Amino acid sequence: MARTNTHQEAADTPVGVETALHRLLLAGLDGDGVAYRRFLQQLGARLRSFYRRRLPRWPDDVEDLVQETLMAVHRQRHTYRRDQPVTAWVHAIARYKTIDLLRSRQVREALHDPLDDATDILCGTADTDAFEARRDLARLLATLPDRQRLPIEQVKLQGRSVAEVAQSAGMSESAVKVGIHRGLKALAARIAARGSAGGEGPDT
Amino acid sequence: MKTDDLIDRLAAGNVAVPSHAAARRVALALGGGMAVSLALMLVGWGPNPALAQAAGEPVFWAKLMAPLLMVGAAAPLLMRLGRPGMPTASGWIGWALPVIGLWLLALGTGLLALEDGAAGLQGRTWRTCSQSIALLALPVFGAAIWSLRGLAPVRPGWAGAGAGGLAGAAGAAVYALHCPELSAAFVAVWYGVGMALPVVAGALLGPRLLRW
Repeated sequence: MARTNTHQEAADTPVGVETALHRLLLAGLDGDGVAYRRFLQQLGARLRSFYRRRLPRWPDDVEDLVQETLMAVHRQRHTYRRDQPVTAWVHAIARYKTIDLLRSRQVREALHDPLDDATDILCGTADTDAFEARRDLARLLATLPDRQRLPIEQVKLQGRSVAEVAQSAGMSESAVKVGIHRGLKALAARIAARGSAGGEGPDT
Repeated sequence: MKTDDLIDRLAAGNVAVPSHAAARRVALALGGGMAVSLALMLVGWGPNPALAQAAGEPVFWAKLMAPLLMVGAAAPLLMRLGRPGMPTASGWIGWALPVIGLWLLALGTGLLALEDGAAGLQGRTWRTCSQSIALLALPVFGAAIWSLRGLAPVRPGWAGAGAGGLAGAAGAAVYALHCPELSAAFVAVWYGVGMALPVVAGALLGPRLLRW
């Protein structure tokens, strides 16, 4: 799928982020769907790192919360006042959604985590795709046989040399290279198959 | 669903929103609620037959204007409570100032006329005053909760209390047209209690009624 401008990192300071988000949101509220989409993408990335730092004990809930917050932002966009800092508005919504989640789980002690620093949304890194990609990759890798999976993990993901891996795994260097090659091909085939079979996911 | 797919879906279609949508909703709720409350007072209580004479008394204007000022402060406060990330402290102060004014007035006149203080405090209607105000607040309370449900209150307890603050003040302003009492001490105490009841009720009900 086309991803335009997900990484517009030119001004990655709190003020720069605020300015960019504010401009995109205002354009969106005036009916510019493209700007609005870019706003949601940038915001989603901020929210992801925000929630990941806030809820280190529930990594599985992060993506759900990101989606739920984006939906809330969308549904409640008429409550945004145009002269108000976007980050303050989003932070209040994100905080509400966090408390909602924690309360629904009856995890009282986690409420003691301070949730009151509005600049936090600004400071994280914008990793729109990294998290989803890592999750998907781990799932796909697990489907490969060891002789392909280990070389890919160690050479391609951890950055070790082919010779090193060959020695520690007791394989020949060419076997490692062949494993990487075949493994990557198998992964590509699986991704392609999944892409054509996937289509619309279930509504959440 | 993938987050990017969700974003595509949200950004598809018309994403524009009319400006002032929130303000219109609160104004509609306040206008409708107060009209019902006024009708209720005229039918169930009836206007003060001595309204013309009472209009010459400063206390009459104090007990009418203080609640109206509170309505004026609580309406924008309600909108801020429904908007995530908006500060609300100044709104609450604006809402409370007329109450403080009533109390200062009561203390001032009370010091001047100590002998009839207790009589003035009880008046003839102290048993029914507060609960009448709370009852007349109900239409505006319901309308205020309705308007908040169309917004996004992130602190539901406070938002409920704000709805009660608006409703109590509106109820008191309407009741002032029936109320025959002309003692500042009476107004300070019993109007204060009557307006506080919806605030407490709203704070308790808010978390239940205002989830989104």
